[in-house]
Amino acid sequence: MADIQAPVPGTFYHKPSPEDPPFKSEGDKVATGETIGLVEVMKSFIEVQAEADGTFGGYAVENEAAVSAGDVLATLK
Amino acid sequence: MDIKRLFIANRGEIAVRIVRAAQGLGIHTIQAHSEADAEMLAARMADEAVCIGPPPASKSYLNVDAVVQAAKDANADAVHPGYGFLAESPKFARAVEEAGMIFVGPSADTIQSMGDKVSARQAAEKAGVPLVPGSDGRVDDMDKAAHIAQQIGYPVMIKASAGGGGRGIRIAETPEELKKLAPQARQEAEAAFGDGGIYIEKVITEPRHVEVQILADGTRAVHCFERECSLQRRRQKVWEEAPAFDLPDATRAAMCKSAVDLAEAVQYRGAGTVEYLYDSRDDAFYFIEMNTRIQVEHPVTEMVTGLDLVAMMIRVAGGEPLTVEQEDITLKGHAIEVRLNAEDPLKKFMPFPGVVGKLELPESDGIRLDHFLYEGYQIPPFYDSLIGKLIVHAQDREAAIDKMQTALETIEIGGLKTTIPLHKALATSPDVRAGRIHTQWLEPWLDAGNLADQTGGAT
Repeated sequence: MADIQAPVPGTFYHKPSPEDPPFKSEGDKVATGETIGLVEVMKSFIEVQAEADGTFGGYAVENEAAVSAGDVLATLK
Repeated sequence: MDIKRLFIANRGEIAVRIVRAAQGLGIHTIQAHSEADAEMLAARMADEAVCIGPPPASKSYLNVDAVVQAAKDANADAVHPGYGFLAESPKFARAVEEAGMIFVGPSADTIQSMGDKVSARQAAEKAGVPLVPGSDGRVDDMDKAAHIAQQIGYPVMIKASAGGGGRGIRIAETPEELKKLAPQARQEAEAAFGDGGIYIEKVITEPRHVEVQILADGTRAVHCFERECSLQRRRQKVWEEAPAFDLPDATRAAMCKSAVDLAEAVQYRGAGTVEYLYDSRDDAFYFIEMNTRIQVEHPVTEMVTGLDLVAMMIRVAGGEPLTVEQEDITLKGHAIEVRLNAEDPLKKFMPFPGVVGKLELPESDGIRLDHFLYEGYQIPPFYDSLIGKLIVHAQDREAAIDKMQTALETIEIGGLKTTIPLHKALATSPDVRAGRIHTQWLEPWLDAGNLADQTGGAT
């Protein structure tokens, strides 16, 4: 079990764009360095990447939620 | 003046600037803020503060209905839009007017016509403002294209008349290249937009960005000279000066006059800026666009002219005629502004919102800081990274750069990463000091590692 944390504060997005599906769904395989979401900070979009291999356990916060640096955004099993 | 209660529909440093100017005029100020901005400096300084919505700008500062309703509920008789957000939205200006309030800026129709590239060019042409030489509209005949290119001089740019986003653009250095590249551009335009129309425009190599500040009351306009804004990264200005350096007097006079002519032709009201590309090799200038609002870099103009542009724009919005004549406005010395952004210039300008720590802000004769910081303030991550502007004024350009360098050494903004290291490096750059800069200069200079070299990796 590993948590994926917000690298910066801002607005968290599950999807690359409003029309796209989320980056990951529960049960998906996740490789180290893979993008699982985006944080918008000061009009820039920062990719949130997995720091370990695993199975996606789900997003821990809502799409478009305001997050602080270090907040858990998703879990890995 | 008709303005007694002013609603400020913006945030950050410009909101602070507007609150100060309005209070100086004896106007009651009502500051709008999002839920994330309840603690911002302008909200604390204003006579009243009202919440207009949740943190995302689309649900607060950009929400026309919410902003207009809040202004009405607060019994405001005027709305100042600042810059950015709704400042150049004709829809917003119209909604403010329809709700019976004064919009501090030009009419919705003027905003609309200057916001549209085609109608802005037409208005400029009609007022006699020079445009970048090129074909008047699309050219389908290749012989005609070659003839036009010969007339305006190589290199020329071949652009698709449909679409945009840089697709279908080719640059031809010679007639032979034009012959080869024009059909390619047509083909690409045909494939991308279903229309093979092309047009031809002169390429300005190493252009400078020079803009003229104007003030107008709907009838009469005056200029407040020009600014040099050639140091840009990703088309964002980072360092601005007034006046432009080495501009021949006759060129300055012609450029400033053409800005006044355009402002009067469109019956402009308020503060505005006419932007030009300046080709220093040919000593020629060409219209780019007109900004129908107060700009981030207005303080350098205030420093060299002694005018309070924000107060003046509020006064003309309140129905007063311009109180200055052109001959009253004179240039004194040289001013430079640098934009302080909460970004780490050594990490690809990654945004760095944080809690403001210890503040050491130089403020003395010839040094001005426009900002919205105080110790313990949490910079919200939801908006622009601009946290302030450092402006210096001295007798000439060299002395102003020296003063900037000294001011940058003494300024301290704890708790954040800022673009101060970038400005320190720029202030010591021989190219910047000698004025060997243009709009394409900064990015290659950064890519070449000049910033990391000069700071020695330190922040």
